[in-house]
Amino acid sequence: MTTAQPIAAPASPEFAPDRPGVPEAARESLIRARGLTKKFAEFVAVDAIDFDVAPGESFGFLGPNGAGKTSTMRMIGCVSPITGGVLSVLGMNPAHDAALIKGRIGVVPQQDTLDMELTVRENLIIYGRYFDLSRREAGRRADDLLEFVQLTDRAKSTVESLSGGMKRRLTIARSLVNEPDLLLLDEPTTGLDPQARHLLWDRLYRLKQQGVTLVLTTHYMDEAEQLCDRLVVMDKAHIVAEGSPRELIDQYSTKEVLELRFPVGVLETLGTELDGLAERIERLPDRVLLYADDGEAAAAAAHARGLRPETVLVRRSSLEDVFLRLTGRSLIE
Amino acid sequence: MTAVARPLPARRPSMTGGARQVFEYKAMVYRRVWRGSVFSTFLSPVLFLAAMGIGLGSFVDGGNAIASLGGVPYAVFLAPGLLAAQGMQTAASESTWTIMGGFVWDRTFHGMYATPVSVAGIVFGQLAWVTARLTMVATAFFVVMLAFGFVGSPFGVFGIVASVLTGLAFAAPITAFAAGQKNDSVFSMIFRFFITPLFLFSGTFFPIEQLPLIIRPIAWLTPTFHGVALARGLSLGTLDPLGAVVHLGVLGLYIVIGAACALITFRRSLSR
Amino acid sequence: MIATRMLPALGFAPRADRLVERNIMNYRRTWIVLVSGFFEPLFYLLGIGFGIGALVGNVTGPDGHAISYGAFVAPGLLASSAMNGAIYDSTFNIFFKLRYAKTYDAILSTPLGINDIAVGEITWALIRGTLYAIGFLAVMVVLGLVQSPWVILALPAAMLIGFAFAAVGMAATTWVRSWTDFDYIFVVTLPLFLFSSTFYPLSVYPEPLRTIVSITPLSRCIDLLRSLALGELSPVLLVDVAYLLVMGGVGLWVVSRRLDKLLLK
Repeated sequence: MTTAQPIAAPASPEFAPDRPGVPEAARESLIRARGLTKKFAEFVAVDAIDFDVAPGESFGFLGPNGAGKTSTMRMIGCVSPITGGVLSVLGMNPAHDAALIKGRIGVVPQQDTLDMELTVRENLIIYGRYFDLSRREAGRRADDLLEFVQLTDRAKSTVESLSGGMKRRLTIARSLVNEPDLLLLDEPTTGLDPQARHLLWDRLYRLKQQGVTLVLTTHYMDEAEQLCDRLVVMDKAHIVAEGSPRELIDQYSTKEVLELRFPVGVLETLGTELDGLAERIERLPDRVLLYADDGEAAAAAAHARGLRPETVLVRRSSLEDVFLRLTGRSLIE
Repeated sequence: MTAVARPLPARRPSMTGGARQVFEYKAMVYRRVWRGSVFSTFLSPVLFLAAMGIGLGSFVDGGNAIASLGGVPYAVFLAPGLLAAQGMQTAASESTWTIMGGFVWDRTFHGMYATPVSVAGIVFGQLAWVTARLTMVATAFFVVMLAFGFVGSPFGVFGIVASVLTGLAFAAPITAFAAGQKNDSVFSMIFRFFITPLFLFSGTFFPIEQLPLIIRPIAWLTPTFHGVALARGLSLGTLDPLGAVVHLGVLGLYIVIGAACALITFRRSLSR
Repeated sequence: MIATRMLPALGFAPRADRLVERNIMNYRRTWIVLVSGFFEPLFYLLGIGFGIGALVGNVTGPDGHAISYGAFVAPGLLASSAMNGAIYDSTFNIFFKLRYAKTYDAILSTPLGINDIAVGEITWALIRGTLYAIGFLAVMVVLGLVQSPWVILALPAAMLIGFAFAAVGMAATTWVRSWTDFDYIFVVTLPLFLFSSTFYPLSVYPEPLRTIVSITPLSRCIDLLRSLALGELSPVLLVDVAYLLVMGGVGLWVVSRRLDKLLLK
């Protein structure tokens, strides 16, 4: 119904960025980074990146392991001092106002850091207490959140006895106990089975509907496509591209991709036979990707040239292809 | 070239059910971490014997205690007791978290069981390794005793065996118990309510004749008492044959029953 | 440096009580572990105090009159267990929560800062140590091992010991990289425990050694508690107190300078 916009329309109308009459302050970015840098001794984890996150949007960092996503998230979360550049979170400086900022954000770290010595419900209550909630209020929110992440029947269990997906849901519930304006999710579904992932995505989608600003990192393209209004692609400490998933695909890839898989040993013998079949050709260790707007036509052309691959697959371009184009490597290695 | 998968020649399960391989695995792991145990193995006996033997000893001997200690200086009385008690403590710390961890944390026992290694191979390989560790620790302790001049008779060297047997009398039943545990909270209780009292009240520091009459029979039932009495009898040269048989019998009973229980609990935990 | 600017002065720890609340929440279910900690020094008191006491007979107290060995050794055991408890809580316990349980990583994403964690954990260690000291002193009174009403001051003195060693232990933890480094902590605490006049008076040592041992921290602690339990007050006790205050102060100063290295990367 609407054209793809870099910034999705947020749920709460007063934050609409292009609505006339909205005060200047409300249009400001929730997160603003200019030349943001993080070094560990000689190693540069994040190298002078710029980005803005607007209120109500869902913003993603897509990239392989070691690209600098987690370091960036930790700086936003005020647990890692920045080495250089400028970073403002909720209009404040993490170096001075860490406690104030942290009071208004929720954090889902890459590895669950649940308190293994406490029960499921106690984890939420003590977390609420860290945010200065009264015991009664912390208890009330704990019960609501257990309901929200479907863990009510496990309230009294030890954390140890939960499955991976349940622990992840509990971590998300915990990050919501202070009703944050901004939620930081570092690889929220890595290591989960498909069913657990979809349940988590559903819960995150609901939060987005409620107007919570989401910032997440992922190395799953389907997750980025599901959840992000806008994302940046990170590689080797740099941002290499920015846009909505659709925009990135339109800009950096073709409409369709033809995947050809050959019997063992044949791929290496192919010389110029593939030339000119597609706009761009990528040879992966196990298959060849041909980027063309009409995949079926490319497949027919390949067949006409006498190529006999074992399997032929025509599919739509994905962020994986964008990443391959931008970095020459695949996301999950 | 095409590689054709050929079945490996079938091998008969080894006589020991893989105990030797389990032992080798443990030794391989130990070669990586032995540095961490140097202090506890060698330096702490030196410190303990110096403080308790020389320091406390000179103080005790200043009183009129020599008579109740069988006419020997306190250090000579105490050292073989500590030798045996050290076996108990080493065994307990090698048979609690490590065993439970092998089932629950890193699941190495399950990994072994997925190979031709049998339950008995795992249990006896584990106990063989603990025996090796106990021998190292007891030998180090005995060398320090000797250097301090705290050994009363040439037979004292057999105190090493007494210490190893005392250790095994704990290692076997504790291993059996630890294999059935799902978390580690109970182990600190074992140390606080069993190991520490046994260390203090089993005749290590003072003859159990000083304990109230009602408590004494409890001491007689513990492996620590028999291990301490055995090591001390050997070191002082006062061991009578009947006493030796009783002490060895009690320690042996603990080891055999403990190992039998370990076979049961390991089998149960591995097939869970 | 930006990292140090992220830290307010160590004294500013407005939410330290939340850490204590978290620990109480934990021990509400596992109170038996908490209670069991009280028995260890008690077993030592009974085993060493009465067992070896029967061999030793009476001891000449610092002021010349005879006291039982139990009365002599009890304050030494109280001081040693205060030291050991504080060291355990401020080293192993902190390191475990830091590196393995990641408890503090989670807490740091909330408004709590590093100071809240440090002050909260030291406070909790002190509360625990105080409970144990009260229990141990009560046992001493019941067993008749107390000679003077001044023993009431042994309670704040035991708290001071806990504070001094917790601060130093936490400072040491800021340099710990792995579990094997804890061996160095043992290398310090085990000789202190064994040689610092816990079990026998310093008079067993020949002279240069006696002076050296007498200036080690646990010897000062034992001197303080033993003098209070036996009612032998002297100006030296003020030196002991000053010694422990300086020790705790230096420890805290180091902690406040290095704590960011421990937690913020």
